[in-house]
Amino acid sequence: MNEFFHMGGYAFYVWTSYGLALIILLWNVILPRQRQKQLLARLKRKFRQSPPQGNNQ
Amino acid sequence: MKTSLLSAFFTILKRDLTLALRTRSEITNPLLFFIIVTSLFPLAVSPEEKVLQTLAPGVIWVAALLATMLSLDSIFRSDFEDGALEQLLLSPHPISLLVLGKVIAHWLVTGVPLIILAPLLGILLYLPSDAMPALLATLALGTPVLSLVGAIGVALTVGLRRGGVLLSLLVLPLYIPVLIFASNAIATAAADLSIRGQLFFLAALLALALTLAPFAIAAALRISLR
Amino acid sequence: MWSFLHKLASPKHFYHFAGRLIPWLGWSTLLLMLAGLYTGLVVAPTDYQQGESYRIIYIHVPAAWMSMFVYMVMAGAGAIGLIWKIKMADIVASSAAPLGAAFTFLALVTGSLWGKPMWGTWWIWDARLTSELILLFLYLGFIALQSAIEDKRTAANACAVLALVGVVNIPIIHYSVEWWNTLHQGPTVTRFDKPAMDTSMLIPLMIMFFAFKLYFGLTVLMRARGEILERERNSTWVKQMVTESS
Repeated sequence: MNEFFHMGGYAFYVWTSYGLALIILLWNVILPRQRQKQLLARLKRKFRQSPPQGNNQ
Repeated sequence: MKTSLLSAFFTILKRDLTLALRTRSEITNPLLFFIIVTSLFPLAVSPEEKVLQTLAPGVIWVAALLATMLSLDSIFRSDFEDGALEQLLLSPHPISLLVLGKVIAHWLVTGVPLIILAPLLGILLYLPSDAMPALLATLALGTPVLSLVGAIGVALTVGLRRGGVLLSLLVLPLYIPVLIFASNAIATAAADLSIRGQLFFLAALLALALTLAPFAIAAALRISLR
Repeated sequence: MWSFLHKLASPKHFYHFAGRLIPWLGWSTLLLMLAGLYTGLVVAPTDYQQGESYRIIYIHVPAAWMSMFVYMVMAGAGAIGLIWKIKMADIVASSAAPLGAAFTFLALVTGSLWGKPMWGTWWIWDARLTSELILLFLYLGFIALQSAIEDKRTAANACAVLALVGVVNIPIIHYSVEWWNTLHQGPTVTRFDKPAMDTSMLIPLMIMFFAFKLYFGLTVLMRARGEILERERNSTWVKQMVTESS
């Protein structure tokens, strides 16, 4: 196990690459998700204050 | 009144040239910039002949590139502001050809003086006299490409209030092939080797830009002026 | 088929269709990524020349491939939006741009991280790294132009023209950089001639490649959905959807 993390002496380069990739890939998933949720919540609040016409709830 | 396509083309060319010659600062300022930037390098790096000789092709070309970029805005900016550009788009003739007239006018007032001034800068940077023809040839083939490709960028940003820095961001990456082949041709010529390959490549770039860029410029103008 | 594509061009249908597709894409991306990581980091043997450092390839090469692929998608979607005036194509193009930039950035940084132990420096003006850097500039120019123009439709069309100009230029830039690089190739640079890769090393690469492709599909749909919601926030179907769900 230790050997695996050691990566034959290249641990820093290999794990930095993989870590960075993880951060960037996750970031690009989380960011749009967050945005979507915020937008939906905002719209919900907006429509609750002034319910759209022609829509019987 | 109906005008033929050719006469419309030359009318635009003549009009732009007259306008440019009337406001001389638009021509002279980029040239002054070209000279000043080039003369900064001996001060910043070293006045030694050997060092400057190796730097010369690159420095002259980078300076020419930046000087062209500074002058690009004048292709469409004033016409956009006084509404002449919208008139141009309403013309019955193909816009790509009329736009080509404007780009050629721009090249005549900015590119040609650059070519005339370049040998002077070559002397300042101790460029060997063998490399002078190469310098002139690459500038003659390369600066029209810069004007044509740059005009696409200007057409895309002309409607924006602060398009200056954005323009350089859009256009500079597209200038890289010209820069590579031109500065390499000069350096190769200085080493007394044949530069036919580089010149052919630059000529091919020019042919490609001449045929494709006008359409892109016309499309970009239509979008910007909507 | 045509009616399906036709439906997709409407933001409402695209929104719902993407919403149904996203979980599937998400899970299969995750599964493939895990499989790629396991085979790439554990199963694949050590390279006799580069030791363990070669394992960066499983991030670097897929990211570099994606950086080109996304540009093509972006330009293609931009062209469709420009020619047939389909709003959804514009949205896809604008959603792809930041992802492409992210892939390009990742390819650059991992290339640098791979280069340090192999070449001894963080950066060399290697042909591939240099053209990747220029590609990043092209992406950033696209994003900058997009954010500079306020009107969405004008921005999308202007960006489409820019992307198409870029598509013509990318091969030229690529070959000129390659040619320039062979001239300046210093003697100190050790080139690793890549012999045909062993299948045990190639399989993880292929898995990772498909994982990245799916990941792109996933994120581009997520971004597009957000963009649709933002643009269509005043339309009746959004109002209905939001009020009915509460």
